[in-house]
Amino acid sequence: MYKGIAASSGIAIAKAFLLQNKEVTIEQNQIEAKEIEKEREKFRQALVDTSEQLRQIKEKTEQEMGHDKGAIFAAHLMFLQDPMLVDEVENKIAIEKIKAVAAVKQVISGLEELFFNMEDNYMRERVADIKDVGRRLVNNLMGIEDNLLADIKEKVVIIALDLTPSDTAQMNKEYILGFATEIGGRTSHSAIMARTLEIPAVVGLGPTEIKSGDLVVIDGNEGIVIANPNEETLEFYQQKLENSKRENIELQKLVNLPSMTKDGHVVKLEANIGTPKDIKGLLAVGAEGVGLYRSEFLYMDRPELPSEEEQFQAYKIAAEQLEGKPVTIRTLDIGGDKKLPYLDLPEEMNPFLGFRAIRISLEKKEVFRQQLRAILRASAYGKIRIMYPMISNIEEIREANAILQEVRAELEEKNIAYDKGIKVGIMVEIPSAALIADIIAKEVDFFSIGTNDLCQYTLAVDRMNSKIAYLYQPFHPAVLRLIKMIIEAAHQEGKSAAMCGEMAGEPLASIVLLGLGLDEFSMSASSILIIRKLIRSISFVRSKEIADRVIQLATAEEIELFLKKIMEEMEEEQC
Amino acid sequence: MLEQEVTIRNESGFHARPAAIFVQTANKFKSAVYLAKDSKKVNGKSVLSLMSLAIPQNTKVKILVDGEDEKQALEELVDLFINNFMEDSGS
Repeated sequence: MYKGIAASSGIAIAKAFLLQNKEVTIEQNQIEAKEIEKEREKFRQALVDTSEQLRQIKEKTEQEMGHDKGAIFAAHLMFLQDPMLVDEVENKIAIEKIKAVAAVKQVISGLEELFFNMEDNYMRERVADIKDVGRRLVNNLMGIEDNLLADIKEKVVIIALDLTPSDTAQMNKEYILGFATEIGGRTSHSAIMARTLEIPAVVGLGPTEIKSGDLVVIDGNEGIVIANPNEETLEFYQQKLENSKRENIELQKLVNLPSMTKDGHVVKLEANIGTPKDIKGLLAVGAEGVGLYRSEFLYMDRPELPSEEEQFQAYKIAAEQLEGKPVTIRTLDIGGDKKLPYLDLPEEMNPFLGFRAIRISLEKKEVFRQQLRAILRASAYGKIRIMYPMISNIEEIREANAILQEVRAELEEKNIAYDKGIKVGIMVEIPSAALIADIIAKEVDFFSIGTNDLCQYTLAVDRMNSKIAYLYQPFHPAVLRLIKMIIEAAHQEGKSAAMCGEMAGEPLASIVLLGLGLDEFSMSASSILIIRKLIRSISFVRSKEIADRVIQLATAEEIELFLKKIMEEMEEEQC
Repeated sequence: MLEQEVTIRNESGFHARPAAIFVQTANKFKSAVYLAKDSKKVNGKSVLSLMSLAIPQNTKVKILVDGEDEKQALEELVDLFINNFMEDSGS
């Protein structure tokens, strides 16, 4: 049994699939003159096979993740037609009398070297693309099945050191029932993707000895992974899996019901999304809007900035499909653990305290302006709200709003439609902003509390560092008190207070947040029905009493214990 | 043989996307197409060759076209540069 961090809830039981890339070794390279044509023919066939595979991957990625995500594979396809690859390999086979696979390896490594030695960062990073294409070609020549996630056609759970965004982009939920990674934390990219895809996941397992084909249980609720369980354990988990399926059916009945307490207090439960393709999932669970649209996904995994048109289309789709429910678009939030190669951001000693989010937008004004233009244009098609991330002082808000004002004037001059009443708010995730929330509330339309960063900055705990993970306590009284301040400051000015951090979707926390007066809860779509059930089973009066009590407790542990007891009582009342 | 000097204005230079569009356009024609930067001249129908030139923004390069449909080819290729390869940068 391995203990890791519970990253995405649910239970998966399936055979393990170890994600690792093998090195291919070739024993005999030399060929006879009469074999040249045969080897060339093999090479041409491999080109055809590889193109076909890439076309399928590209199509699937475009359909599921959006057009921009498929672009990288379009580039791979062009490499396969490139004379620098194709002609070189064919010539090498004939001149050096070597096997096609040897020629491919040599030409690819020559190209890798050429790009690796270039001064331009972006070009150096293309080495990974060249390697990828080379690996596919070699695998096709050797008849080796490529163990890329997209090619998996049986039900498995993935075991990997870590998963990259492009790994997760290729996952097919039908076959990939869950995954476990050796590194990473609850808020690492792969963990967030697992919750978006709604597949059980455990991260930060540490080294494992799980082999491909081992039967594996992934318990995403408790953060446990068990390889080759005994009969008793297996039965226990199968039972759990059954129960959760039954519970799901119960929850489905709440899809069209309001998020209202027993005594009639109504809140909004919204979803966090990364791309328009997440919308289907959130509508299916009856989300009442998008509380956080992470626009940075439009900018990631691509060679250059998305065009204004591309962004406009993505935002417009969201606005239209939500049919008048709010869509809160967070402007570009990169830096920290999210890098964009083409923006050439400097390496930093403390990236989380460095050049990121609004700080980048206010320096790279043209990039910011372009995004605001796309957002404003899309606002004509639904109810869009703008949200600035990482605000630490009032000046940043004023500066961002001044740019917004310029873009608005520009659109008006050109007679381009947009929502003139568009709401503009900020993420409150830095303690300095929380402490002056009463002043800020006068200058914005809404707050959205980002608990992941608020915790990290308030508690001085790097959330990626597993050694100090125990100090990362969303229930720390200091964090709860800040949240209380923020909500009260918003209400004082008649503004709404939302939360789009992980905490909003945690059952225990949601009762306290409800009692503190939070108006909008934004979370992974998978949590919405669970939280709605909870809210519908408690009264606002009681939640306020609970919140008042909690805010007086001394430690995170006391608070958690107290809330767990409340939850048990509530469950008993229902029976 | 025809040639014309052009300037790459795309914010991130002559990267994968513009290179791919250039090759797609060049491939529509029978003529041989080259792109030259300083003393280096590469095959204009090869994305990898074009990318290997690593042309940054605001660099002057020369398009060379040789063949029966060279006039039309040069015109279309020059247009790509004028239109910033259909990107919004530089506005």
